[in-house]
Amino acid sequence: MFIFVASLLTYLLLVWSGDAIPLGEVLIGLLLAGVVTLAFKAWHPDRQLSRRGLDPRRWVNFVVYLFGPFAAGLAKANIDVAIRVITGKIRPGIVKVSPGLKSDLARTVLANSITLTPGTLTVDIDDAGGYYIHWLYVEDEDPSEEQLYGSFAKWARRLAE
Amino acid sequence: MIVFLLVTLALIVSLFFNTLGAVSLYRFPDVYTRLHGATKCTTFGTIFIVAAVLVYSIGRMGGEPRFRVLFVHSIFALMVLLITNATGAHALARASHRSGLLPVGAVVDRLEERRNGGEAL
Amino acid sequence: MTIHVIWFAAALMGVLAFSVLGRLISGPTVADRAVALDTLNTYVLGLMLLLAVACDSVVMVDVGIVYASLSFVGTMFIARHIEGEV
Repeated sequence: MFIFVASLLTYLLLVWSGDAIPLGEVLIGLLLAGVVTLAFKAWHPDRQLSRRGLDPRRWVNFVVYLFGPFAAGLAKANIDVAIRVITGKIRPGIVKVSPGLKSDLARTVLANSITLTPGTLTVDIDDAGGYYIHWLYVEDEDPSEEQLYGSFAKWARRLAE
Repeated sequence: MIVFLLVTLALIVSLFFNTLGAVSLYRFPDVYTRLHGATKCTTFGTIFIVAAVLVYSIGRMGGEPRFRVLFVHSIFALMVLLITNATGAHALARASHRSGLLPVGAVVDRLEERRNGGEAL
Repeated sequence: MTIHVIWFAAALMGVLAFSVLGRLISGPTVADRAVALDTLNTYVLGLMLLLAVACDSVVMVDVGIVYASLSFVGTMFIARHIEGEV
């Protein structure tokens, strides 16, 4: 159901012109969202259309995550990378870490968060959920989760599992 | 006046980080380190460009409805950028490692060790 | 007065977008060129947002959204090509 609501809201946001939205546009939006949902069902027949994605508490949590820990991590990361670009002091390497996340959505959220925060870039994921992360300045060849990305794994688990 | 100051400040920060992104392309030795600079610095810089546009549209919002549209659509562009830049960087890093391009001067490479150990990914 | 600052920033973004071309042409591998292209696309999106404000045309932001989505598709295909699947 999440994909239906998301496509409808995206369409309405893009056609909104500052005043009220005419009824015709809403009908076209409903039609297009229905087509997108049916296409999703046709491509992934085994995925269930659940109502879990519509829970408002998850959305509040997501916004809190986006503006709290994620924004702080992003700012810190950029100052860190900026210093490394200016001084040219790097010690690159690819390390492995296993946060043990199960669902695809949680893995995606964590991988994107890692890519946008301190000196780290997700290169690959194996089937067991182990992340291979390129690190701009390797402090430890077998790092803990805390060193790499702080509390992001906890947040990803709360948001998407 | 306060709109002018905020817009100028945001644009200065964004130009600083965008310049660093371009510098990192020439300064770093290989694809992976260049991706760091190119993804993070430019994304952060563009966030501040969007912030400048948002402040400007809030300052003019009282008069005409199209500045409300500018506000909403800028936020939408920022969301698209945040999702696509991180995913694109991840795809490029994975593809270049699979095509056999190793990081230059790496102190440790667990992915290569795993591949040499004979396990398929 | 704010408009002048925005025009100036847009001009500097244009210079930055040109400065990436060196890596785009000389990059030793295909992956380096793809990274430079990705950076160029991000700069062009920022430039489009600034020009939308400077030229007072909101529809430019929509063009920017479509440009970002299409450049993402392009990056994904180049990545697939580097991997050797396309």
